[in-house]
Amino acid sequence: MRAPAPSTILKFASFGAAVVVIALLPRFMGEFRLSQFTFLALYFIALLGLNILTGYNGQISLGHGAFMGIGAYVSALLILGRPGLALYQLDPPGWIPLGDGMTPVYTIPIAGMVTGIVGVLFGIPALRLAGVSLALATFAMAVALPTVAKRFDSVTGGGGGLSITLPETPFGWDISTRHWLYYEAWAIAGILFVAAWVMVRGRLGRAWRSIRDGEVAAVSSGVNPALYKTLAFGVSSFYAGVAGALLVIEVSFVNPDTFPVSLSILLLASAVIGGLGALSGVIFGALVLEFLPVYAQNPPLLPFDFSNQAPAVVFGAGLILIMILLPGGFAGLLRKLGGVFNGVLRRLTEGGRPMSVSSTRRNG
Amino acid sequence: MADFVQQVVSGLATGAIFASLALALVLIYRATDVVNFSQGEMATFATYIAWSLMDRGLSYWPAFALTLVLAFIGGAAIERVVIRPVEHRPEIVIVIVTIGLLILLNGLTGWLWGAEVKAFDSPFPNETWDVGGVAVSVQDIGTLGVCLLTVLALWAFFRFTTLGLVMRAVANNPTASRLVGVRVGWMLALGWGLAAVLGAVAGMMAAPTLFLDPTMMLIVLIYAFAAAVLGGIDSPLGAVVGGLTLGVLLNLLGAYVDFVGSELRLPTALLVLLAVLLIRPQGLFGHAVVRRV
Repeated sequence: MRAPAPSTILKFASFGAAVVVIALLPRFMGEFRLSQFTFLALYFIALLGLNILTGYNGQISLGHGAFMGIGAYVSALLILGRPGLALYQLDPPGWIPLGDGMTPVYTIPIAGMVTGIVGVLFGIPALRLAGVSLALATFAMAVALPTVAKRFDSVTGGGGGLSITLPETPFGWDISTRHWLYYEAWAIAGILFVAAWVMVRGRLGRAWRSIRDGEVAAVSSGVNPALYKTLAFGVSSFYAGVAGALLVIEVSFVNPDTFPVSLSILLLASAVIGGLGALSGVIFGALVLEFLPVYAQNPPLLPFDFSNQAPAVVFGAGLILIMILLPGGFAGLLRKLGGVFNGVLRRLTEGGRPMSVSSTRRNG
Repeated sequence: MADFVQQVVSGLATGAIFASLALALVLIYRATDVVNFSQGEMATFATYIAWSLMDRGLSYWPAFALTLVLAFIGGAAIERVVIRPVEHRPEIVIVIVTIGLLILLNGLTGWLWGAEVKAFDSPFPNETWDVGGVAVSVQDIGTLGVCLLTVLALWAFFRFTTLGLVMRAVANNPTASRLVGVRVGWMLALGWGLAAVLGAVAGMMAAPTLFLDPTMMLIVLIYAFAAAVLGGIDSPLGAVVGGLTLGVLLNLLGAYVDFVGSELRLPTALLVLLAVLLIRPQGLFGHAVVRRV
């Protein structure tokens, strides 16, 4: 058995380190900071989903904010409860009335699934669209969703939106609600990260990538593009719906302006900055999305503040520069550094004979 | 009946604005093979320049003309500086660059001019003419006239001048054009410049009714997308017909169908867009793309 490349070990080590950092972080910060890191988790989830769709499957979505919005509304409605609303349960068979509302944490998977189904339904017509047309259609959806939410105010509360109460910490755990929401968000983020990793490195991911890189070639190798593209849409919007549900639980509020079209645009921008088609950069995309707006406006070391439009300028210019200079985003940068690291390490262990690596591998 | 005609005329006027922006999209699509998501923000930026010029005391038409010149230079410069380096990269890369431009220009507009809404003068008097018993707003007629004149001028440029011919050749076959000595890069920049001019016209015509703020053209851009797709994204005639049709259609639906009202006009446009993309992706006048496998 060949030993794993040093950079692979490094990958697992950094994943473990990340888990430790996330678990210990709340000890060092107040509630406001903590809330920012809860947001980081939900942006991370949304970007994972977007990366599956756009990065691995090559379908551009400029409407992921709208998918998050759907998840948020579903979650808020379930938490509030509506008379007559009920959920069917198999064991024991029967309807569970939801008129009084549900515990917030249980609404998260339902919000994800409903959004996933909406995503599949949107993905079916999207099969006929590619590239720019798909970007257009999803963009139009992102612009239209707030107006639709305002129009059907009997369900969505119109422009005023829906307010829910901040949940108590469940299971009798002895931590504050903000801490509970933080751990809840990161636990889900961890599960979904591993799920995404399993999906993209296996059969599913190969099918997605083969469609992205050449649909005709994929078909001739027996991949069914319709199936896998709709599936990518479904999985991706499931992630977005979960992120939206986490958001509404964290801020206790949703209205049509919670998910403006600018969110959809910035989500795509962050996914690109993190690096399309690689999971290692997603956390950087989420960091940029959450913290760039704060620090671009109030730079930490400079004695003055910029306009509140500065984040947009930095975001836009950064996006263009990354596309021109570093198309792989942060993940591409990491991969390059990983390659250098591997090379250096091999050279050290094999006594400065870098050529021997390739020759032994060819013979063996 | 008089009311109906009035609605049609006012629909034509908004439709003309959609048509101008849609035509700008088509121009860039034909030159660069990409949909320019920043087209609306480019138009808004140009409109703010016009506002500043008038704020400095210039009267309307000189400011209008100067804005068009500046928009042309700006559009060409964007192509040279930002689009050129990614010209031969995959479609998704160029789309993302234009999205970056959208974010950047939107931020710059807000930074330079502030986010508060500004009033923008109209060159046309706020009166109505009586045409055979129908009260027609001069504003609408003026908007329609300016947009159609711009489109006609552009058509004449492409049809009757050598430069126009060369630009059509580049859009048609860049490689062959390069072989006969055309400087393809500069022709693409010229196309972006002309698209920026069209956008500036649309912006300045839309501003009196929509009022000027940094996101003014975002909604118009969606309508323009729908119009361009309806007409066929590679067809200039289609963009104009699509824009006018969409303007009239939305105005009539908004006025006579209670369910749609003014709130659901945008989702209706989205439905038109989706329906066309699904049923006839090449639009009314476009060409179906045939792929060699």
